[in-house]
Amino acid sequence: MNEVGLNTLIPGERGIVGKLATPSFEVRQRLLEMGLTKGITIKVIRVAPLGDPIEIELRGYRLSLRRKEAEAVMIQTSKS
Amino acid sequence: MFRDTVDIKVNRIAIIGNPNSGKTALFNALTGMRQKVANYPGVTVEKKEGKVVLDDGKDIVLLDLPGAYSLTPHSPDEKIATDVLLGRLDHTPPPDMVICVVDASNLERNLYLISQIIDCGIPIVVALNMVDVAEQDGILVDPEKLASLLGVKVIPTVATKGKGIRELKQAIAERVMPSLKSQQWALAEPMQSELNELKGLLLNRQKLSESEAFHESIQLLSSPNVLEEHRGRFDPEILAHVQQDHRRLDAIGIDRLSSIVEARYDWIQRVCEIAVEKSPRMVVSVTDKIDKILTHKIWGFVIFLSLMTLMFQAIFTWATAPMDLISQGFNALGNMVASIMPPGDLRDLIINGALAGVGAVVTFLPQIIFLFLYIGILEDTGYMARAAFIMDRVMSKVGLHGKSFIPMLSSFACAIPGIMATRTIESKKDRLVTILVAPLVSCSARLPIYVLMIGAFIPSKTVLGILNLAGLTLVSMYLLGLIAALGSAWLFKKTLLKSETPTFIMELPPYKMPSMRSVILQMWNRSMQFLKRAGTIILGVSIILWFLATYPKLGHGTPSDQLKHSFAGQAGRLMEPLIKPLGFDWKIGLGLVGSLLQREVFVSTMGTIYGIKDANGSPGNATLRERLQQDVDPVTGRHTFTTLTAICLMIYYVLAMQCMSTVAIVRRETNGWKWPAFQFAYMTGLAYAVTFVVYHVGQLIS
Repeated sequence: MNEVGLNTLIPGERGIVGKLATPSFEVRQRLLEMGLTKGITIKVIRVAPLGDPIEIELRGYRLSLRRKEAEAVMIQTSKS
Repeated sequence: MFRDTVDIKVNRIAIIGNPNSGKTALFNALTGMRQKVANYPGVTVEKKEGKVVLDDGKDIVLLDLPGAYSLTPHSPDEKIATDVLLGRLDHTPPPDMVICVVDASNLERNLYLISQIIDCGIPIVVALNMVDVAEQDGILVDPEKLASLLGVKVIPTVATKGKGIRELKQAIAERVMPSLKSQQWALAEPMQSELNELKGLLLNRQKLSESEAFHESIQLLSSPNVLEEHRGRFDPEILAHVQQDHRRLDAIGIDRLSSIVEARYDWIQRVCEIAVEKSPRMVVSVTDKIDKILTHKIWGFVIFLSLMTLMFQAIFTWATAPMDLISQGFNALGNMVASIMPPGDLRDLIINGALAGVGAVVTFLPQIIFLFLYIGILEDTGYMARAAFIMDRVMSKVGLHGKSFIPMLSSFACAIPGIMATRTIESKKDRLVTILVAPLVSCSARLPIYVLMIGAFIPSKTVLGILNLAGLTLVSMYLLGLIAALGSAWLFKKTLLKSETPTFIMELPPYKMPSMRSVILQMWNRSMQFLKRAGTIILGVSIILWFLATYPKLGHGTPSDQLKHSFAGQAGRLMEPLIKPLGFDWKIGLGLVGSLLQREVFVSTMGTIYGIKDANGSPGNATLRERLQQDVDPVTGRHTFTTLTAICLMIYYVLAMQCMSTVAIVRRETNGWKWPAFQFAYMTGLAYAVTFVVYHVGQLIS
């Protein structure tokens, strides 16, 4: 198990959400409330045509966020 | 099935739900056309109310609360929803009960809001919506299991098809609801005891209601800095107590914020495990198939651009016929008035003041209606979120959100629908920046001026092999507007409305067929708002402008002589020293004053000045072009209009705020005169400065 930022995942890759290292309280709160909580499985679906933002799947729905925000979402990947 | 129940009143009911849960469709299905739209006092959040007739013949008021993901407000919409539910607003009493709409295919996240509402202690019935879509996706939700787990009534619905509406009304008409179990989710110790203790303090010392005390304790416990965020709202002793709590909890390594959110989601997950049956999806969903194309590196942009081209094509071709019809109608009305009233100032006021002004607003209505329709369809299908998704990178470069793109784009046709479409932007400052810059984008009312000027002064010759000079000039004007809008946005975000580039955390909802009923209702509501707000202000302004162009009376001579003699004519002459540095003479000045109401009035003012009006009262464009080309200043002997003057004039119209309808809408959307006044000033200033530079550089070159 190693922790990487969500921004490093490529489309199709899955991972388990770990810590949210988001500096802003507001953003962290919103991400948590949108269901990005510890232990949840997420999958990266695609990257926007211009390279940012990215689209992920969690809890059965689709969410998009910028790479900057994704960077602070720590993901445990099964790859070592 | 419920052990304890309570009898309730159902005079006022609110409907709430996550965005994209089908809340509006359900509201429309329950109320039909019986709804009225207003604003909450002091904010520009739409307040939509309707009437529902229950089977027993009783009327109830249904309030459509704005879409919300949680009761921790992150946007003006969510703040209003929270404040109404907790009874914090004087003008809007808390509802007797709420209908909470959830998307059955996306239950987990939708239940987060429900869990918060249940904790508020307001009687609630859940409308388990879009069960048909969920079934197609292999998601089966058992309404009875869900009801017993949540401890509330659950009614399956398909709002767009009217399914479950009768059952929902029956559930309300029973006037009996299960008594709610507060905080069904368990918080790990020591958080739970801290929460209980704090709630007790707020109940006894701060005299808050049960639900407010619970809601506030959670906010206080998770807050990063209580003194900064909540000073003044609570007893200082309570705040000191909270600070001690924070220190204790932080010291033992508890993440106060995430432990509360996670506890709720843990409970939700257990509920879903029992109530939801998921068959593994074998096929790729329709949304995925569509998104493969619509967000594709190349096709995504091709389709995006085609959709936008189609929009403008539709507006310019389909809207033209009704627009002509309306303007002919107003002409006919004017002629009718002329035939029944004796000549005089009153008749003139009615025809050239009131009718002309109202006609100017109403003539644009077809275009505005088309835009609202188009934007509504894009929103309702789920495409709007994709447009924001693909354009966010560009918008974030000037410090804005992807959602600012559509308002700016629609401003190519007319800034008014664009400005009204900024309501989806969550951050107040970003919404304001978008409103401020949207009118810089060249709208259709500028086109007649471009056409007149280019037709008269820019030769239609081929340059650089394939490009047409006239066409190139026109494109440059549109580009200039777009660049000015993006540049000003960037500048405002750096200075006046300084704030971080807004975060982009946006749901991408599954695509669906648009509900034409919802789209058309919304189009209708928005168009009526525009007519009411802009109409009254325009009526006033056009009467003033009529007065300025009519008095003092000359009593003889041509309309052209009269106009020159009027206050407006004098103003044009008075302005001449001011606009001389831009290469404009007093006649252009008069045109500028006259077209403050609406840009294309410039063309008809020129027609009056140069004394050419055809039978319809509109200037013959070809003859007007010749007159403009031939006009010579009697003193200097030089041409009034040169190619440079024409370019300068076009640039001035690209950048200046010559549209009172926009001013009226900005006033309404920003709740005051401050921002429209600022906008008027900065745009006029910018127009002046740029035109000045272009004129002088142009003179040096030629």
